[in-house]
Amino acid sequence: MIKQIAALHSFRGWLLSFGLLFAAIILLPVLNIFVPEESFFHIPDYMFPLLGKYLCYAMVALAVDLIWGYTGILSLGHGVFFSMGGYAMGMYLMRSIGKEGVYKSDLPDFMVFLDWKELPWYWYGFDYFSFALLIIFLLPGLFAFVFGYFAFRSRIKGVYFAIITQAMTYALMLLFFRNNTGFGGNNGLTDFKRILGYSLQEPSTKMGLFMITALVLFLSYVISRYIVKSKLGRILTAIRDVESRVMFSGYNTLHYKLFIWTISAFLCGIAGALYVPQVGIINPSEMQPTNSIEMAIWVAVGGRGTLVGALFGAGLVNVAKSWFTVAAPDYWLYFLGVLFIVVTLFFPKGFLGFFKSFSIINKVKEPANE
Amino acid sequence: MVYHFFLPKPACSITGSSIFKVLTRPVWFFALVVCFISFISIAEANDFESLLNDLGNKSRSKIKIAVQKLGELGNPTALPALSALENKRLATTDEGKLVILNTGEDQGTDALTGKKVDVESLILRKPRINNSVRRYLSAAIAKLKLSSEEPAVRLEAAQELLKRSSSSALDLVEASLKKEKNDSVKETLLLVLAKINLEGEEKSKRIESINNIKKFGNNDFYMVLEELLKQNDKGEYFEEDSEIRDSAAKALKAIKQRQVFIDQIANLFYGLSLGSILLLAALGLAITFGLMGVINMAHGEMLMIGAYATFVVQNLFIEYLPSFFDWYLIVAIPASFLASAIVGIILERSVIRHLYGRPLETLLATWGISLVLIQTVRLTFGAQNVEVANPFYLSGGVEVFNGVVFPYSRIVIIVFVVFVVTAIWALLQKTSLGLQVRSVTQNREMAACMGIPTHKVDMWTFGLGSGVAGLGGLALSQIGNVGPELGRMYIVDSFMVVVLGGVGKIAGTVAGALGIGVVNKFLEPISGAVLGKIIVLVLIIALIQKRPQGLFALKGRSVDN
Repeated sequence: MIKQIAALHSFRGWLLSFGLLFAAIILLPVLNIFVPEESFFHIPDYMFPLLGKYLCYAMVALAVDLIWGYTGILSLGHGVFFSMGGYAMGMYLMRSIGKEGVYKSDLPDFMVFLDWKELPWYWYGFDYFSFALLIIFLLPGLFAFVFGYFAFRSRIKGVYFAIITQAMTYALMLLFFRNNTGFGGNNGLTDFKRILGYSLQEPSTKMGLFMITALVLFLSYVISRYIVKSKLGRILTAIRDVESRVMFSGYNTLHYKLFIWTISAFLCGIAGALYVPQVGIINPSEMQPTNSIEMAIWVAVGGRGTLVGALFGAGLVNVAKSWFTVAAPDYWLYFLGVLFIVVTLFFPKGFLGFFKSFSIINKVKEPANE
Repeated sequence: MVYHFFLPKPACSITGSSIFKVLTRPVWFFALVVCFISFISIAEANDFESLLNDLGNKSRSKIKIAVQKLGELGNPTALPALSALENKRLATTDEGKLVILNTGEDQGTDALTGKKVDVESLILRKPRINNSVRRYLSAAIAKLKLSSEEPAVRLEAAQELLKRSSSSALDLVEASLKKEKNDSVKETLLLVLAKINLEGEEKSKRIESINNIKKFGNNDFYMVLEELLKQNDKGEYFEEDSEIRDSAAKALKAIKQRQVFIDQIANLFYGLSLGSILLLAALGLAITFGLMGVINMAHGEMLMIGAYATFVVQNLFIEYLPSFFDWYLIVAIPASFLASAIVGIILERSVIRHLYGRPLETLLATWGISLVLIQTVRLTFGAQNVEVANPFYLSGGVEVFNGVVFPYSRIVIIVFVVFVVTAIWALLQKTSLGLQVRSVTQNREMAACMGIPTHKVDMWTFGLGSGVAGLGGLALSQIGNVGPELGRMYIVDSFMVVVLGGVGKIAGTVAGALGIGVVNKFLEPISGAVLGKIIVLVLIIALIQKRPQGLFALKGRSVDN
């Protein structure tokens, strides 16, 4: 087992990944705490939630890459799984506010506002972190499994599948926008106070969340790498390239597609759960079709079928987004739109593929994800 | 009659004391008669004038009396002044003349002569009215309107009476009912009468009232009828007469049944209307998808461009041809088609043709295009919705049943869609371009081998599909808001139409669009708009389980690729 995992990367690759993990969970906190504020190397407190947000997006990109880059199934509905994890975490955080809300009631503020007298049944259990965790782990995957089963069974694929998933996220967004659905409607869940007793306002909590996110991302990366390097990963790639031939060779592609689709949703849900306490809000706009399509472009920008590319792309696009929304908000959509067009027209392998074609590494063995 | 108040006293004494003498002298008699008649007519005219002028009086009780008497006089020339008083647009000058102001209050007409008055030079004072004056006013206005020549005005008055009927109107209603020839006015008046009589004592009249309600009533009468069927705590009926209770129950049932029927008709109409708009949005999408296997995410923006083209044409008309403003829509039809078609062709030539055989990438690239288009429109026209006015022939509607209005704009759009679909069908079936489009849809390589210029066909088809979406935008501008995000609202639904209907066949798209539209509208009252949408989505996924290629799949070799 350990040998297998060790074989996932070259020595250099492992060195780099552990180096990055080390940088995230040890170097950055050290730079924050021990380096004086006026120093160039000081990492300010506000950087941690921001970086944590990017890491969550990177995890989403990883999930999208598994299903799109490796299996060739474009999902335009990953925002749903992300939001499911996010809402589950948000519900726990809402319950942990206790009576410190604006209305000093045991119920979440928006329920008091709607004049609800008791907690709806689907909020039961969210007083406990362990229950919320269970839901975060199970619900997105389970939902994806059921949805995927019906979709893949009737061999919906290609653009049809993309559109059906888009309709799914659109419908759920409308559902969550309703006040009566019981998830805070338009405003979503917000005004969180603490997680597991730690105040979310404290810099140390933010730093801790960031470190956990970094660690989880690292583990997800290793798991994803393990999957795509295994025999199962090869079959997924084969399904992407010529599905009918895989079927004729005796594989039931339904099982493989369903497996990777569920795993992808699972990762996405965890990313959502880590996202919410760091950003401090979850609302239905996370389920806008736009958001889910943006996830696809992160992967496309970095390079499909290369997990590292997905991570890189998510970071690149989101840093650009942060910069544009401050510096030139009117031109962000132009940039994003042109990015979509340019990447699909001129860089079908993403920037990673583009750089690789120039570097010497290209001459060394390419992973089999052509 | 009231005239005698106004006869001068001496005249009274002549007629009273020496009547015998007068009768014996024919000359005197003649003179007296002339005198009398002229007195009466002068008195009448003076009376009307002074009553009208009393509307501007400072005392509310004088206004009240004037209003009441004007109503009794039945002279329709008093109507403008009365309704102006109701809308607080009546003013009086310091000389005591009445002026009716327009809504902007910068122009006025003399209430008596109807001549224009220079408002600027006058010192105006508005009479103050309160709710009790208002009650008199609405009664007087209703009376005057009921004696109007126009059936539409009479109907309006009758409906007004129905809303706030009182037993005081009984005589008026009965009198107008006798004269009335128009059926719908008659029905409404009968209902007013029924409402009044029902509260009376006479049994035969009450039962007749209930029967009239049963025949013509709508769901506004639920309350009245249910009142008759109420029980107290012991289970005894408040209404003692069982015959009346029975007929009330029957009437209630009849009205409910009729209401269900009317609701279904209304749902069907609005469903067809929604479906016809979805059809315009999805038709082009289905054609290009069938032809190239390309999902054009920027298709919704073609709707948006069509709507903005309509907006631009409208503004050009306001600027340069204000007198022909109502006909801007005719010019907007080719304009919106061309605007979207040109943008579509540019897209196809510059981006989409480089992505053949990569449908998922095309999807992302066209999404990028849609972002650019939305942002361009937002920066050009502003992020706010723009206003596109309905020309006069599209505003208003036809009342099919009591309370159910089908707007002209929606009816015209349905007709328009039928026209467009027929044109597209003819284009695909009867022209050589259509033949080429169909052959490329069925088998691109084979068509190319036979010498069909597939790339040109792609270009023209893409232009056509986008142009049809542009027409959809024109239609949408007449019933909804026009904003940069317009296309976004329809894109998911039009995809659903394509998925449901299958590709390559107009019949599939028509069935898909109308089906989704009608099912949506029938579900809305039961489950709410949002849940309705979700149910439709689940239904589509369930349906695809059975027919993965849509309802109307192409058969034969083109199926798999």
